[in-house]
Amino acid sequence: MNEELFISGRNIPNIDPYLNIWHWQIPIYLFLGGLAAGILFFAGLFTVMGKEKEMETTVKWATFLVPVALVLGLIALFLDLKHQLYFWRLYTVIRLQSPMSWGAWTLMIITPVSLIWAAAYMKELWPGWNWKMKILDDFDAWVNKNRKYVAWVMMFYAVILGIYTGILLSAFNARPLWNNSILGPLFLVSGMSTGAATIMWMSKSHYERKVMGRIDLLLITIELFLITHMIMGFLAGPSVQLEAANLFLGGQFTVSFWVFVIILGLLFPAALEVLELAGYKVPVAVPAFLILLGGLIFRFIMVEAGQITRYLY
Amino acid sequence: MRYAMAVDTKKCVGCSDCVVACQTENNVPIGFCRDWITETVDGSYPNVEIELRSERCNHCENAPCVRCCPTGASHIVDGGVVLVTHDECIGCGACIQSCPYDARYSHPDGYVDKCTFCMHRVEKGQLPACVAVCPTKCLYFGDLDDPNSDVSNALRNRKYKVLADEAGTNPQIYYLI
Repeated sequence: MNEELFISGRNIPNIDPYLNIWHWQIPIYLFLGGLAAGILFFAGLFTVMGKEKEMETTVKWATFLVPVALVLGLIALFLDLKHQLYFWRLYTVIRLQSPMSWGAWTLMIITPVSLIWAAAYMKELWPGWNWKMKILDDFDAWVNKNRKYVAWVMMFYAVILGIYTGILLSAFNARPLWNNSILGPLFLVSGMSTGAATIMWMSKSHYERKVMGRIDLLLITIELFLITHMIMGFLAGPSVQLEAANLFLGGQFTVSFWVFVIILGLLFPAALEVLELAGYKVPVAVPAFLILLGGLIFRFIMVEAGQITRYLY
Repeated sequence: MRYAMAVDTKKCVGCSDCVVACQTENNVPIGFCRDWITETVDGSYPNVEIELRSERCNHCENAPCVRCCPTGASHIVDGGVVLVTHDECIGCGACIQSCPYDARYSHPDGYVDKCTFCMHRVEKGQLPACVAVCPTKCLYFGDLDDPNSDVSNALRNRKYKVLADEAGTNPQIYYLI
């Protein structure tokens, strides 16, 4: 028998017996951030490739969701803070060692860029739209003239934003479930997959849906590979990581992880997309919804489960 | 200068005086604590061994909380002591997540709080409150760079360990075993 007790009556809220300092706000933000990164990346990619005509939803209409998603995500992050009136301290310093610091600065850049990107398409969305100020009209024209350069900037920051949602967690070496280098790429790919699913769902063009369906299928395959890789890494790791893997292999998150994330969130929508590519008629809303829900549940599980894992003395 | 503490696990009786002294000295809100006592039981009666440890922030040399802090509120001062500047802390919880010892907590006023090694007392030449009150004198505090300090003497003559060495934090609370 080996047991460990606090005998001085320690029972600190949200820390004992299990750490639970981050609640629903963080997974919601990670989901919205990943989704925004995915949509922006594809919008930038197809602009650079010169496919604005064929991929209209990707490049134009889906990007209207991005500033909304990012602002909601930022509100969630703000709600999570415990010393809220001091939030501006984030923007008094850049600390490259701290992912949260450079992530906050990334958000500071990509949120206005995404807003400008979408706003410059307002005139196409509502013919006759007028900014009512000459300077704004000039800026609108400038952005539309230099779309390709803006697209490169946007793609660069979209990748940083997407990977940041994972690195934010993997930088904490005290939480063995998060502390693996695959988590950054995994969250990036998962975020891009949810972005692709959103575009697929919004698009009316058959061609565009097919392209995004194929991209999504590829991303799901990579995601499954990365998840396998992550679990293999845990199983080959020290005892604290074995314990982390056990949460998914028989422990308390086994059912939620395998049923909602792996089967309903990845394998089933992938199968539906294969069927669609093979020529069967599948309503696009079904795989898209499942991918989005799977991505959201995945982030909830990772944040919740990661906080339980710890170093034992 | 390198402040450190040694805890004699053979002398500690788990009375929690250090916990109460800290709460009183530092005005720790009710329900929270900056130090605490852990009892580890190995084996079962009659072959049983108990270890009592007075634990607190380890003032790590490679402090993950300082690394993760997005504003620089968590910082290391002279003597290697890890402190939090309250009006730079945004209460994001990153340092709480990053601490392998769960030594930090979110103060009801919003900022993150933790053991300061009672720097306000040490600066005046006094001992940290927990060390000063310990009835069995099982806590040793001092400067590791000074070979005649209490903590250097304690570590010279005894075997010791640190907690979660494998986390790579290089903690500065030593447990005499």
